[in-house]
Amino acid sequence: MSFGSGSMTNSISEIKDCKLIFLIGGNPTDAHPIIGLEMKKALKNGCTFIVADPRRIWFAQHARLYLPVIPGSDNWLLNAMAHVIIAEGLENKEFIKTRTEGFEELKEFVKDITPERAAEFTGIPAEDIRQAARLYATSEKSAIYYTLGITEHTCGTDNVRTIANLALLTGHIGKSSTGVNPIRGQNNVQGATDMCLPNKLPGYQDPSDPAVVEKFEKTWGVTLPKTPGDTASTMFERMYKNQFKAFYVIGEDPVISEPNQDYTIKGIKNLEFLVVQDIFMSETARYADVILPATSFAEKDGTFTNTERRVQRVRKAINPVGNTRPDWQITAELSTRMGYKMDYPSPKEIFDEIASLTPMLAGINYERIEHNGIQWPCPDTKHPGTKFLHEGKFPRGLGKFFVLPYRPPAESPDKEYPLLLTTGRTLYHYNAGTMTRRSEGIIHKTNDCFVEVNQADATELGIFDGEMISVITRRGQITARAEVSEKVKKGVIWIPMHFAESAANKLTKDAYDDVTQTAEYKVCSAKLEKIGT
Amino acid sequence: MVMISKIKVTIDGKTIEVDKGKTVLQAANAVGVRIPTLCHDPRLEPFAACRVCMVEIERGKSTALITSCNTEATDGMVIRTDSEKVLKTRKMILELILSDHPKDCMTCEKCGSCSLQNLAYEHGIRESQFFEEPDGGIVEDSNPVIQQDTSKCILCGRCVRICAEVQQDYAIDFKNRGFKTETGTPFGMPRRDTTCVLCGQCVSTCPVGSLVEKQAVGKGRGWDFRQVKTTCAYCGVGCTMYLNVKENQVVKVTSKPGSIPNDGNLCVKGRFGFDFIHHPERLKQPLIKKNGKFEEATWDEALNLVATKLGEIKAKYGPDHIGVMSSSRCTNEENYLAMKFARATIGTNNVDQCART
Ligand code: SF4
Ligand code: SF4
Ligand code: SF4
Ligand code: FES
Repeated sequence: MSFGSGSMTNSISEIKDCKLIFLIGGNPTDAHPIIGLEMKKALKNGCTFIVADPRRIWFAQHARLYLPVIPGSDNWLLNAMAHVIIAEGLENKEFIKTRTEGFEELKEFVKDITPERAAEFTGIPAEDIRQAARLYATSEKSAIYYTLGITEHTCGTDNVRTIANLALLTGHIGKSSTGVNPIRGQNNVQGATDMCLPNKLPGYQDPSDPAVVEKFEKTWGVTLPKTPGDTASTMFERMYKNQFKAFYVIGEDPVISEPNQDYTIKGIKNLEFLVVQDIFMSETARYADVILPATSFAEKDGTFTNTERRVQRVRKAINPVGNTRPDWQITAELSTRMGYKMDYPSPKEIFDEIASLTPMLAGINYERIEHNGIQWPCPDTKHPGTKFLHEGKFPRGLGKFFVLPYRPPAESPDKEYPLLLTTGRTLYHYNAGTMTRRSEGIIHKTNDCFVEVNQADATELGIFDGEMISVITRRGQITARAEVSEKVKKGVIWIPMHFAESAANKLTKDAYDDVTQTAEYKVCSAKLEKIGT
Repeated sequence: MVMISKIKVTIDGKTIEVDKGKTVLQAANAVGVRIPTLCHDPRLEPFAACRVCMVEIERGKSTALITSCNTEATDGMVIRTDSEKVLKTRKMILELILSDHPKDCMTCEKCGSCSLQNLAYEHGIRESQFFEEPDGGIVEDSNPVIQQDTSKCILCGRCVRICAEVQQDYAIDFKNRGFKTETGTPFGMPRRDTTCVLCGQCVSTCPVGSLVEKQAVGKGRGWDFRQVKTTCAYCGVGCTMYLNVKENQVVKVTSKPGSIPNDGNLCVKGRFGFDFIHHPERLKQPLIKKNGKFEEATWDEALNLVATKLGEIKAKYGPDHIGVMSSSRCTNEENYLAMKFARATIGTNNVDQCART
């Protein structure tokens, strides 16, 4: 990575003091409403907003500069901004000299990425790109915020690094209210990533470091496996190719959440044994051999880590519903029955083990976070936690500029499928919607699948607002209600990803970003048809 | 660091130092002196509508009554929060407010946690000398989460202001005049047809029983609930909130200003999206598939079957034919155990979680 860590560099409480927010591929009012509120505070305090998004979201309407970028072309926008910053001498020379490497290469590379050329790919006027670069570079406290829109692409990691280039060029990092902030989507995705990766040990520790391995082997009393692990997407690929036998799924519904549903189902059907542990009968659970009923968050103790790296308590409020058990208990029981004893009286002891093995969490324990959570890194029990990252130094030493040419999305619109389909979240639902769709208050606002269509495209196809239409891609077809407006850019259609029956992911591609293997949910080509024609 | 200059004020005979720029109310709170308020919410701009935060300050030879929530403390200010004049005036103000408020505390959801009721109790007010028949009543609105009773509204404006200042949704406002003044949506439209996003911020700030959580109506009052502080399970913001529990049921979700990171704010999911917890479709018993159909099993049967099967597969094909997928819905401890289970119990690095976002 550019800095050596992939988390939010700043805190939620710093948002209100930003002088400029560059929001790219994220819709906080819907996806992270309370961060949205903090940004609204910033807006009230006079913060300048630059919003790049194919949809005219709330902040786009209130932005100084709105850039309706064609989905999948962010790379052009970002590199062209770097071009402008360098061409106009707006870079932070001192910062580049003392804290970064690879500047000359980037300078050479972006020389030809002019705003005029970028305009062709992004659909954004060259002058707006210049303006965005100038505003971002010259503001006293500039922060970049991004979410799914940026990471869910085949070139997602590229995009993240191209964003980081801008921060490194201008020195807008390592200070309060100034940094690069991926907002994590689901509640504990930060903690899940901190704990549970195939190529890392907890806290991003390197499994090829003998000292790290020795520490874990000693505490666990086993020899660690040496074969590199599969990511979720390679596991599904191996299932599809019938090279995988058993799968233990805890709290996820990959049939809904993985891209390209048919492929995922075929893979899962190839398994010899599937165990699903969940609170509801999920689409994936239907294919299981055994279903283990888990408790909800209200019935268990533990911790979640939020998007600003804050480890916070989850507390048991009620006894388990029915004959359910908390996930930690089920996994521990299962392990013991398989001959490896896991004997924890409560999650507190599990956390203590984590802290003892994970330097970035070493100073955290339940007593310390009884009232308020603590932000990692927190190396010892005297340490107050870390509000913003990268002050003075990056974990990898120098910040690295990456030279990243544009890579077209795995699929582009053509004659047959002329529209760009992108998917995302709405305020009222949460991913696959297994929880929110069982909530009265939330169903009240939206409970059917809709597709946002630009007025001009709708007129051309003779589609009316509110009409049920077919959305068709090379992989599948769904029916959805057309929401015709100017919200989404011409040539682009947008579908929320929460609706099992319409399964937006039936439509999306299963191409993967090479580095993190995040599936490309965001862009594929599609067409609309009236029903009955 | 910006240096904030200090000033000296005297509150109820005690001289203290406070930051310049603070209101009299903030200065008093900082030293633990409580001044009652109704229209004040620390998240909102001062509005000075209710007048109950009245205090007495010395002004030359005489004294003056001022509202403490919107008056800046100045150097040398001498403040009394409990003088006879303050108490008498406050009592009269409360009586005025109560003149347009029904006295049906016995069926009110807010009974026991209502700021107006508490103040009336503290000041020993049984009857208002100004009593009028309050008008209004429960507003017809098909939304399932927010109930409004305009007869109880004390026009503090907190709902209107939180919707405008914090939410910036502008879904509700004051309307009508005089005794008929109330707050609500334009023309009394149902909330779903307005810009309202059903965040319930207005409910959470209402000091009286005018705005309440509809799902909790009739299910208990303040003293019935155990409030359990926890972290929202929906999005990465991780808002702090309180599950209000009665008899092993989560009845409603509340929040408190000052909490980290959300300062008492919650969105529609966090505040109203909890009914899945008690949904009848919850899985309640382990299930084992037999001849293509799920049959209920005991934990022993289910866990033994899984342990045996995974053991067999590991022995036959090797550990790398087994994978574990954990989730962002699980706690850190559970993700850690899933990871440990894969590496230490099964002996494979095939462990991941779905969400890379
Ligand atoms: S629920 Fe939220 S948006 Fe609706 S009126 Fe109340 S504060 Fe405003
Ligand atoms: S409804 Fe409640 S918050 Fe709104 S003005 Fe009336 S009393 Fe105040
Ligand atoms: S209350 Fe809303 S913003 Fe806060 S964590 Fe829950 S879902 Fe996210
Ligand atoms: S709290 Fe000061 S006037 Fe209402």
